[in-house]
Amino acid sequence: MESDRDDGVSRRKVLECMTWAGTGVLWTISGGVPHSLGIMGEAQAEESKSLTFLQLSDSHVGFDKPANPNALGTLEEAIVKVNALPKKPAFAIHTGDISHLSLESQFDDADRIISQSHLDVHYVPGEHDFLDPDQKFYKDRYGRGTKGAGWYSFDASGVHFIGLVNVFNLKAGGLGDLGADQIEWLEDDVKHLSASTPIVVFAHIPLWTIYPDWGWGTDDAAQALSYLKRFGSVTVLNGHIHQVMQKVEGNVTFHTARSTAFPQPAPGQGPSPGPMKVPDDQLRTMLGIANVTFKQNEQRLAIIDTPLKA
Amino acid sequence: MAISNTVRSALIAAALGAATATMLAAVVIPTSAQNVAPAGAVSIDNFTFTPASLTVKAGTTVTWTNKDDIPHGIAAANNEFKKSRALDTDDSFSFTFTTPGTYKYFCYIHPHMVGTIVVEAASGGNATQ
Repeated sequence: MESDRDDGVSRRKVLECMTWAGTGVLWTISGGVPHSLGIMGEAQAEESKSLTFLQLSDSHVGFDKPANPNALGTLEEAIVKVNALPKKPAFAIHTGDISHLSLESQFDDADRIISQSHLDVHYVPGEHDFLDPDQKFYKDRYGRGTKGAGWYSFDASGVHFIGLVNVFNLKAGGLGDLGADQIEWLEDDVKHLSASTPIVVFAHIPLWTIYPDWGWGTDDAAQALSYLKRFGSVTVLNGHIHQVMQKVEGNVTFHTARSTAFPQPAPGQGPSPGPMKVPDDQLRTMLGIANVTFKQNEQRLAIIDTPLKA
Repeated sequence: MAISNTVRSALIAAALGAATATMLAAVVIPTSAQNVAPAGAVSIDNFTFTPASLTVKAGTTVTWTNKDDIPHGIAAANNEFKKSRALDTDDSFSFTFTTPGTYKYFCYIHPHMVGTIVVEAASGGNATQ
């Protein structure tokens, strides 16, 4: 059982953190592990009072290579899927690589399709969103009111959401990078929160080291996460690797979402982390969206990864 | 002259058969080709710079060409040259290295990708440095 893990949060500690600040309802994550259901039907079982939000990632609008000649089309299919959800999410987060080459036209196309969800979308940038020469299109369009290269936080239904940027001013030989300014801001941002406040951190590149040979990690993530250690429930949502992966470390659950554009190989299972060409009838089984639900009273946080095609 | 019959034949054909032996030598022997800038090439394939380290003479123009289905960008690790724009598939970026030294560079989109250009002094005896 996860609750017996030596490196996990003790049962007592979990219970201490079960009070959902501000609402008085019970809060926990099942044995420390967000439940991954994998089929959309089970989402219908959620309770009416729970908070559900959507995660979109790696739209790569403008990508037209053999791995998926029409990335805008599959983004549109994803939004159709969103609009068919039995319960409308409260809002969406987008974990970066909105565009493929940071062209205005690509951001325009992405916005036109994503707006069809009629959801408020909270963005963080991917490295593909900072490719315009002055690196200003992203910030102008999505980062108004944010700090630095685009980091910020907000609260929803008692959950504290933190959007981080780890794709700016990257250093030779390095991985993703948050930088001292952002980490200092993070320390200050969470300083006054109660340890029972559920935390959701979202950023493009994984904040856990998955495969450094392919750049799948963030150099200074450990320092940033050290400021979240005292919280009873921390969920870290990332993109970048175009596949679902999950890890639990103590009270922190890490989860990566599928892309809506093209799949990438499992770590080390290909010549490079580049777009992976799969048979046409398999493509949509490897693209998708994630639906995250904080289920009150059910003592469970659920992340439901839904492919475009089962 | 050390020009083989095969090369001579080809060059004569290329030169429409009207060139003298002296002119042919000017074409095939680099040390005499004063109007042709030396060039070096780095291919970007599978998120890797090939060759990872390239040694050239000062004055050489190095061209990086992206063969991947994903964009890459060239930036000097210590800002010795202005970074390239994002290179989409088959796009190229060139920079002429005039000063001897060791230049480390990386892909600013995927910074784990690194490479080196070693620039040596143009060899002695040439008119231009």
